[in-house]
This record gives sequence, structure tokens and C-alpha cells, in this order.
Amino acid sequence: MNKVLTGKIGEKVLLLGNEAIVRGALESGIGLASTYPGTPSSEIGETYADIAKEAGIYFEYSTNEKVALEVASGAALSGVRSMCFFKHFGLNVACDSLFPLAYAGVKAGMVIIIADDPQGWSSGQSEEDTRPFARIAHLPMLEPSDAQECKDFVKKAYELSEKFQLPFLVRTTTRVNHMRSIVKLGDIVKGKTKGKFIKDIAFRNFPPYVVETHEELHKKLDKLKEISEKSNMNFVSKGKGSLGIIVTGVSYNYVMDAMDDLKINLPVLKIGFTYPLPDELIKNFIKKFKKVLVVEELEPIVENHVKMLAKETNFKLKVLGKGYLSSAGEYNEERILNALSQITGKKYEFDLIAHKKKYLKIKEPKRIPILCPGCPHRSTFYAAKAATKGMDIVYAGDVGCYILGIFKPFETQDFIFSMGASEGIGHGIRKTTDQKVICFLGDSTFFHSGMPPMINTVFNKSNPLIIIMDNRITAMTGHQPNPGTGKNALGEECKEISIDNIVKAFGVEEVRVIDPYNVNLMISTIRELVEKDKVSVIIAKRECQLLIARKKKAEGIKTAKFEIDPNVCKRCGTCLRELACPAIHEESGVFKIDKNICAGCAVCAQVCPNKAIHAVKEE
Amino acid sequence: MKEFNIIVAGVGGQGALTLATIIAEAAMKEGYDVRTTELHGLAQRGGSIPIHIRFGEKMYTPLVLEGEADLIIALEPLEALRTTYFGSKNHKTIFLIDNYKIPPITVSAFGEKYPTNDEIISHIKPFSNKTIIIDASKIVEKETGSILSSNIFILGYALSKGLIPIKEKFILEAIKENVPEKYFELNKKVFDLGKKQS
Repeated sequence: MNKVLTGKIGEKVLLLGNEAIVRGALESGIGLASTYPGTPSSEIGETYADIAKEAGIYFEYSTNEKVALEVASGAALSGVRSMCFFKHFGLNVACDSLFPLAYAGVKAGMVIIIADDPQGWSSGQSEEDTRPFARIAHLPMLEPSDAQECKDFVKKAYELSEKFQLPFLVRTTTRVNHMRSIVKLGDIVKGKTKGKFIKDIAFRNFPPYVVETHEELHKKLDKLKEISEKSNMNFVSKGKGSLGIIVTGVSYNYVMDAMDDLKINLPVLKIGFTYPLPDELIKNFIKKFKKVLVVEELEPIVENHVKMLAKETNFKLKVLGKGYLSSAGEYNEERILNALSQITGKKYEFDLIAHKKKYLKIKEPKRIPILCPGCPHRSTFYAAKAATKGMDIVYAGDVGCYILGIFKPFETQDFIFSMGASEGIGHGIRKTTDQKVICFLGDSTFFHSGMPPMINTVFNKSNPLIIIMDNRITAMTGHQPNPGTGKNALGEECKEISIDNIVKAFGVEEVRVIDPYNVNLMISTIRELVEKDKVSVIIAKRECQLLIARKKKAEGIKTAKFEIDPNVCKRCGTCLRELACPAIHEESGVFKIDKNICAGCAVCAQVCPNKAIHAVKEE
Repeated sequence: MKEFNIIVAGVGGQGALTLATIIAEAAMKEGYDVRTTELHGLAQRGGSIPIHIRFGEKMYTPLVLEGEADLIIALEPLEALRTTYFGSKNHKTIFLIDNYKIPPITVSAFGEKYPTNDEIISHIKPFSNKTIIIDASKIVEKETGSILSSNIFILGYALSKGLIPIKEKFILEAIKENVPEKYFELNKKVFDLGKKQS
């Protein structure tokens, strides 16, 4: 049983930030939670999926973040406390409904968790800082710095959200989501799971009311500013010196440790209630200093605000921040030590830069992330490359495990923008160049935002070849079910929606469903369809190999293994070079398949020009 | 004890995360404040998985400061190399490495060279007081038919050599809570094997 659910009041448990967020919601009497999976927020969903039934709450994986937000909004408008969560890019998708939600207001507490990912550990497309969205959406924002705060801030957010009838944003960053620290638990509260939608003119978001509600929204924020001023989520830790530090989020931890290592104890204002910012508290803090250092990851948002406040209260104050610290990349203690050393003149006894230089000389081989053994995407990429050899072709990329096609030997992701963008951009390229385009996107991405751009290619007479890499699951984020899986977040059987039927209904005339393990059929079909003057679609359909392996293990079914016959093998290396399969390796010129790793997909056996690879005979 | 810093490094699927969770929970049982950090998602697909564990009186940062690791446990030799800069002679860092090589694709397909054990030891030397390479996976595979519990073997070894300042009973409690019930006896056996390893 999950300790997030079983932990008793007063008990201290070690929780992941993401688990603590769920506990905070359970202690607040939540009735509904919704999401579209995205790391670093994924484990919030995994935790809900694990406990929802037992906790008596409703949880779903929605088709995308905008839908998820709308689902949670429906609950909150009907008087049921709800939570919606996604990664930073998910907020971009959800915004269109988020802004009017702020105007409409909610009848029960609603909390939206936004997980930013500085350093792009799980998100390559941009180092987005979502904090400006609080300002645009007119919504309050809290930023916890450890797992205890994750739980406590969520609880506080529900209380205030309900009081002010306004959804609350709780913004985390990867190191908060994926930090384990000790959490003292409170009591779980059984909340409402059924409410009633009571019609309210405020929900209608129509002029002229919208002007009135906009006005009211600002009044709410003014009142929330007063709450922020007095909130214990913002606090000053006493210290000495003419330099003060203002810090938000996870960086608080780095600042505290860096000061300890430099043997200094400067006054620190830690801000957890980051929108609206507590102006009076900040002004009081900064008036006694000559210099303050603002420490916040990514953009200088608090820094610029402090600069503005300094003009009113301490115009000689030097506000330091970016310049000593970067707007790019995540922070760590090393970066804070470096900034504090430069500003205070105190030296850390150990030369970190020289130390790192010694390491950089080692140059050990990189371990790039790689498609799993037996991954059906491997053979799709191989076939696409083989079929288009020598052609002037653009490989349109998208977001999912197949992002790994960016690496050698495939290099089949010429651009990666956002969910579903392979088709939209691919179509634009087709319209303005003479180059062929193949778009690669997954099943979950298709349901998320791949449908409108596909319709657009039919509507506007375009002709990219679209390959839907349908592995029956949302694999990259940890195997969450999607509308094609036939199961929902609660593990219940549900309608398995046919991608094939959808694509045909859109008016695509050439639709082929192919098992990607059938390499020759994939190659010949791609060759045929890429030349068509109308849009065509291949659904490369095969379940994620990790799932198949798990099922086989549970049912005690043996996997066929393959081996290379050293007497037939001409040591050309095609298998290894073209497929980059983790199971294949070379030992002093001899190519071998590691039976512990081989998934039995037989793709290498089809690719081998000398027919040297075959299934191992049963003993 | 003010603080103790451990890094557990491995490749996705080796059980690095379970090992780290066991150590962290045992440290909590011992009465320490604990912080750890790990990464999920993209990096897990056959990528490197370094996990930081810090425990002591009062902890803030979950990340180990470069040069300040007390112990680096690597379930794969290359992964030890990748984390060398978290160790230092200054800090008397000990490297404990399972001699179980998983060549990355850059080696197996694209011509880069996997360093020999001698090269690995000489690379680590400037960052460490002591490097221990043991055949954990090989021994565990021989004894149990699978390498799966080699992480627990290493834990038993580290504990018996006094490399982790936590009492055995707390470690055993944490193992019990973090491995499936039906595999506890097997893991206990492997743990004891690790303890006996010289």
C-alpha cells in the first residue's frame, strides 16, 4: 500500500516532492484530479493512479492538458475540490481555458501544479519559465522548495483558493518534484466527490460582465497581496552583513548550504508566495542594505520587481542577480558559491573550477539515451531511412520516445517543436519547398494534438507522409494509458479508440496499418506512399516492447532469442551500425547478441545482408 | 555527524534507485535528516542515472557538492568515471564499483573505447582515497542465477566494511520495505553474501 495514503497524522515519512503534492491534496479533501502526463510532473499521476480508488476520489489521464484543465474546472465550478497538473509546456496548451477560468472563479478549491524543468532534464524544446503566466492569467502562485513545503503549500492553496474563489497555481521545478525529503504528515480529510453546478452569471464570460469580472479579479489580487505580506510562506532568516539575499524555490537550499560552506550568515528573505509578491515585506527587508542579491532560477522576474521597489524605498540599493548568476540552466550550490564569493570576497577553501577541469580531461565515452531493445520505433526509423536513401527529404519530428531518433544512426528528427508540430510544420515545408516530408508522431501525441494538423493537410491539399508510431501507450512518461489503450487511469476497461478509423474519417485515402517489425513491407510502403500527391498515413502498430516483456514475464512466456552465426557472418557490422540495438555488440571483430538483452524482435535478422542471424533453437 | 554524502550511479534498470531509496530510508530510521535527488524521464532510456543522497543533522541541498562525496557506489564502471568530480582526495572519497560493464552504444557501435580497469582506477585516483572494484554481479549471478539483486550485495559489502554510517538493523528494515515480500529472503541471503565478501 502506498504510504502517501496510509501515513498517519504526525508521522514522518520520506516523500518525493510529487508524492507530497498528492498527500497535500488528500489532506485538503480533494474529489477529482486530472492530467496529461509530462515529466517532471509524471509521478503525481502515478501516485493518484495507485491510490485513487482506495482514497475514493476520481482521477483521469485526459487527452491533453487543456482538456485536463477543463475537467478539473468542471469539478471546481460544481463545488468539488480539484487538482490539475502538468509540465510547463502543458500550461501553454491549457492557457486558452485557464484565462477565462480566472474570470469565472471557482466554487471549490482548485489547485494547478505546473512543473518547470530548468536544464531541460526531461524536456528539450525550451527552458520555459512559467511564472509570467501568473501575471497574465491573474492567478496567485506559490513556489515550494522541498517536499514538506509541497504538501503544506498545496494545503494552504486549497484553503485560499476556496476563500477567494480563485484557482491557485503551485509552481515547482524538477529538483523539487524529484527531491525526496522528510515530510511530517497531517490528517487525510474525506472531501466531497459529488457537488452541484449552480448557475452563476460570472461563469458566462461575456461582455459587458467580463469588464466587471476583470475589475473584481484585480480586487481579489489586491487582497491576496495583503495575505502574501503576512503569509508564513514568506519569511526572513536573521543574519549579519550589508548584503541581503532574496531567494525563491529550490535555490533557498543552495543559498543556505553555500553560506555554511563560506562561513557567512547573511540575512535571507525566502519568498514562497511569489504572486502577488509581498511588496511591503520586500521593502522592509531591502531598506537596510547597500546590496541585495536576488537568487531565482531562469528569468529575472523577482529581481526586476525588487529593482522597481528599491526606487521607492532605497534608491541607492544595488540589486544584484543575473550577471552573477545566469538566466539559463538550473542552479546548484556550486553556482551560488561562485556568485557569493565574487560579491562578498569570501573564498571557498576548495578550488571547484580546477577540480572540475581535472575531470573534464578524462573524456569517458558518453552514454546517450537509446531506444530499448525490441523497440518498434527502431525498425520504423530504419525502414524510413532505407526507403528514402538518396532522396531530398525532411524528417519531421515530434514529442515522445521517438525523440531519440535524433541520435545516430537514425537522425530522423530534423526539428522538434511541440506535441503534434511534425504535421503542421511538415505541411508548411511541403507547401514552400520541393522536398518530400515524412512526419513521425506517436499514438498519444496523435490524440493529444495530432488531429487538427492532420485534418489541415487534407483540407489544404497537402501531401506529407505521416507515420503514426502506435505503441498502444504513452511510453516516454512511464506507460500511462491513452484513448487507444483500452484501459483508463483507474485500470478500468474502456473503449479502445481506433486511430485507423479516425484517420479514414478525416478523408485520408491512403491508410496502411503495418507491423513495424515487418521491415520489407515498411520499406516498400514508405517508398510507395512518399511519392503520392495526396496525404497518406502509415500506422506502424505494435505494443511497446517494455510492456510486452512485462506481460510475458508475468505469464511465464519465454521470449525467442536471436544469435549471429559466426561462420556465416561476414563482419560487415550492418546490424550494429544501422540499428544501434543495445543487445548487439562487437568483441574483437566478432559480432554477438547478448541473450539477456535480446527482445526477439527479429529485425536484425531481416537487416543482415548475409542472413547470418537466426533464432536460437530451443534446447 | 554533520553530514554524509553518497552518490549511487548506474544505468537504467540496474536497481540504482531502489538501492538509493533503501539507504535514504534507513538513514531516516537512524534519526538523520535526509535529502535525495534523482532524475526521471528521458535519461532513463538506457541512460546514466546518478542519484544523490545526503543525510545528517539538518539538510538543505539534495545535490552533493562537487568534491564532497564520502562514498560513490557505481553499479557500472563507466558510471563511476562520470561521477568522479563529486569525489576528492580532500574529502577522502571512497569509490565502490561493481565490475559489471555495460558498454554504451557509443562504444558498441560508434568506435569509442571502453577504458580498462587500470585506466579507470588511474582516472579516479586524483579524486579518491580508495577505489574498490568487486565482482558483485558475477558473484550474485553465480549464486542466484540472476544479477538482479547485485545492488543489495554491494550494500551488504559497503555496510560490513563500515562505508555507510547506518546500523544494519535499519538497513534491513528498509530492504524489507522496498523489495517485494516474496523476494525478501533472497535479498537477505545476497545481503549476507555481500557482508562476507572480503
